Amino acid sequence: METINVTMQSLNLMTLAPMLVAIGGGLIILILDLINNKLHKSLYVMLTLLILFIDFGAVLGLNVNQRGFFDVMLIDGVSIVSQLLIIAASMLFTPLALTSKRFHEYSYPEFFGLFLFMVAGLQFMAASDNLILIFVGLETSSLALYTLIALHNRSNSFEAAVKYFTMGALAAAFYAMGSAILYGLSGSVELYKIAEVLATRLDETGIMIAVFGGAVMLVVAFGFKLSLFPFHSWAPDVYEGASASLAGYMSVVPKVAAMVVTLRVLGMFIDLGVDWVQTTVILLAVLTMTAANIMALVQEDVKRMLAYSSISHAGFIMAAIGLDTTEGTTAIFLYYTLFLFTNLGAFTMLWISRHKVKTHSDRYDHPYEKFSGLIHIMPIGAVIMALFMLSLAGVPPFSVFWGKIYVMQAAVNSGFVWLAIVMGINSAISAYYYLKLVVYMFLREPTNDANIVYYNTSKPLMAVIGLATFATITAVMYVQPLISYIYYMVSASGY
Amino acid sequence: MDNILSVLVFFPAVAGLLGFVVDKNSARAYGITVATIEFLLSLWLWFSFDTTNAGMQFVENIPLIPDFGVSYYLGVDGISLFIVIMATLMTLIGMISLSVTENIKNMIITLLFLEMTMVGVFVALDAIVFYLFWELSLVPMLYIIGAWGGNLRVYAAVKFFLYTFAGSLVMLVGMLFMAYVYHNITGVWSFAITDWYSLVLPLNYQIWLFVAFFMGFAIKVPMFPFHTWLPYAHGQAPTIGSVILAAVLLKMGTYGFVRFSLPLFPDASVAMITPIAILSIIMIIYTAMVAYAQKDIKQVIAYSSVSHMGIIMVGIFAMNAEGISGSVFQMLSHGIVSGALFMLVGMIYDRRHTKLMSDFGGLASVMPKFAVIFGIMLMASVGLPLTIGFVGEFLVLLGFYNVSPLLTILAGTSIIVGAVYMLRLYKNSFFGPVTNEENKKLVDLNKIEIFSLVPLVAIVIWLGVYPKPILEPIDNSVKAMVEFMDKKAITQEAKDVIKASKITMEVK
Repeated sequence: METINVTMQSLNLMTLAPMLVAIGGGLIILILDLINNKLHKSLYVMLTLLILFIDFGAVLGLNVNQRGFFDVMLIDGVSIVSQLLIIAASMLFTPLALTSKRFHEYSYPEFFGLFLFMVAGLQFMAASDNLILIFVGLETSSLALYTLIALHNRSNSFEAAVKYFTMGALAAAFYAMGSAILYGLSGSVELYKIAEVLATRLDETGIMIAVFGGAVMLVVAFGFKLSLFPFHSWAPDVYEGASASLAGYMSVVPKVAAMVVTLRVLGMFIDLGVDWVQTTVILLAVLTMTAANIMALVQEDVKRMLAYSSISHAGFIMAAIGLDTTEGTTAIFLYYTLFLFTNLGAFTMLWISRHKVKTHSDRYDHPYEKFSGLIHIMPIGAVIMALFMLSLAGVPPFSVFWGKIYVMQAAVNSGFVWLAIVMGINSAISAYYYLKLVVYMFLREPTNDANIVYYNTSKPLMAVIGLATFATITAVMYVQPLISYIYYMVSASGY
Repeated sequence: MDNILSVLVFFPAVAGLLGFVVDKNSARAYGITVATIEFLLSLWLWFSFDTTNAGMQFVENIPLIPDFGVSYYLGVDGISLFIVIMATLMTLIGMISLSVTENIKNMIITLLFLEMTMVGVFVALDAIVFYLFWELSLVPMLYIIGAWGGNLRVYAAVKFFLYTFAGSLVMLVGMLFMAYVYHNITGVWSFAITDWYSLVLPLNYQIWLFVAFFMGFAIKVPMFPFHTWLPYAHGQAPTIGSVILAAVLLKMGTYGFVRFSLPLFPDASVAMITPIAILSIIMIIYTAMVAYAQKDIKQVIAYSSVSHMGIIMVGIFAMNAEGISGSVFQMLSHGIVSGALFMLVGMIYDRRHTKLMSDFGGLASVMPKFAVIFGIMLMASVGLPLTIGFVGEFLVLLGFYNVSPLLTILAGTSIIVGAVYMLRLYKNSFFGPVTNEENKKLVDLNKIEIFSLVPLVAIVIWLGVYPKPILEPIDNSVKAMVEFMDKKAITQEAKDVIKASKITMEVK
């Protein structure tokens, strides 16, 4: 029997550094609490921000295209871009804990510890092409996220957490079975090896059935994670049960990580020339954006409307995956970056109007009526919220517009003109429900006083909203460097 | 001042932002001052404009997103110059005659932002920048209709927004496809219209792209059968909203046809002459008949405005210099005349709070000044010689006669039908005895109203008698464009149609 020689050099531990920072930071927070349990949440918030800051730096310091830790870590352009996006979004999310009213979850330092573990899990998902490590990252982040939702401590948060957990577990099972089939076919859990083996075996008779089984399982698993139609039904309930800030976070960050995994796995099938995977992905994307849009039309609650709207936006991005071109892949990250600011800003606007009790309806926290006549109560708030809504609808020159035309251009370039037209029609449909809120805010008589809408505001929240507004309006200034950076990173990693 | 176009576009926007600080009671004076400066700037643009040069002038080109081919590219030629001036003039006059008192500061700020988008659309030479201003113009208008309109204002505002938004998204796909084709041929990404002009596309591409752009422009014009949003919007909008909508926003559609569809797709445009001419003639005659059936004065004006947009469409698709110049001129005259008519209706509505024809009668004896100005504008709208309306309409019909004499005769009936419903309107509300007691107490126009209307009357008569200073620069640019289209056309059919027009030009 041979002894295995492992040198520190070959481990290339630098590739693990970003996740280690996040995990170490989480542990530090937990230990701090053991030493002194009377510390204020503001300390933990700032500590979390600093840790994420170091994490960000560690990711920036990575070299493109290297492997590490027994080759399970894959640091290519896509993984760097997506990790940067995940960390930046987390940094935007963290200050939202500093509300003027006291909320249950933020009084526990465990919240911040779990949050950092979740970030580490998401980073693992993005930075690996090993099916098992991806699974570990997926579960770490998901379990942490379920707990974060439940910590909000209302009956519908528990419902949301349990619902999300059940659906997540089902998705995980599908993922495990799909991976098992791939392993059975190729004898490896490394995607690049699987691709090599499959490429040689693809013309064997009968293998297509196995490939079909594996791909379907994986598509279903990702469908749940990305809340694609028809696997989306958990999303609005979960978003409703979670705090508005966390819902905004969930609508972007875990999906970025899941998109990267989807890109790696389904992209492999498409590259192998399995055409129906591409067709399925595009079909799912079209169904997702259309169905979610139609369901969003009839919502009575702004948060549920935003939930469906973010499902529909996920459909746009899914379509970009189906294109499987460099532009399409660039579009995924460009879209998410631009969408991040607007969407998190919109959810933060809901967050500042959050009450402990439901003020306007027995059923909903944020019915449209709550915002009627907002222009007379808090004009700047109304204008900002309207900006976010117009941006989400794709009105130029606000940020999401640039994402939308980039995706549409990518679709046109790959010959899918009809897909671009479907996207255009969907944008037009979506304009209706975004406008509904604008109409309530600008064209209805006010029914509230300022205190009701301003209830939960504080300086850090204002700062986040200010940043989001600035990024939404000035998108045209930074789209160029963003495109060229992402395009470079994506093409460097061969997508 | 080489960057005068940027100043023209962004001055109102900056003024709008600063307007948030201005006190409520001074907001109106602030708005009028800003609009005056903007108008003077646009006049300055005219004086420094070289009328002998048919090409783009005052060009500014700054790359914005070079990897994607988007650049901040502005320029003005004879076609867009006067539409810009008309837009700034109508904004100024609309602001002077503004009768809204509620939330006036919001109204002024909204109008200033709207002015930015209007000027921006007409000077943009990059498709994405054009699209940006085009879409952005919907938002202030949505707010104006929705916040200051009648009972069904929210419905009308949302309908207006969704209709136009849906159409322009199809147009956006067309633009993206155009950029893709350009990239395939040249290897460079570009959304600059002047770059796209150089592309010679096969006919089937042209047809599809033409249809995509048509969806965006036709809804805005609005062409039959996409016109249903407009009567709602006019019916519910406050006076200022109707004035700007009819005078400037509708022109974006027809301008789009001239700037994009014709020079980009000459063969498709020629192939589409018959269907579009038929739609336009249906639009002219049908909406004129609908106008005749209306009881509400404002609806009569609204439908007559749609009917006259049909004349503009016919002129554009005459595909020769007379027709297109006539159309561009008609855009200006339509802007001024229908804008003035909507203002006049607004003035009577402010006094009586009704717009029904049956509530009036004999107004000429109570409000003589009002009746005179209304009469002049009405005659201009019908196209009486020596008014601004005649010049454009005559040129359009002359131009289209080359294409199809029969359709021209049909289009010409618009003058007759127009005269019928307009004179009926005038007879019912201005002549005869004063039947309604309330009308006896009506006050004639006050100084502000006269001050805002007299310049328009002066323009209507001046350009009706002597249109040359405006028609000549328009004609220069249009001729250059027609020659360019002739060179670019690939099908024999298109060459014949465009050439036929040249022969008549030489004969004349």
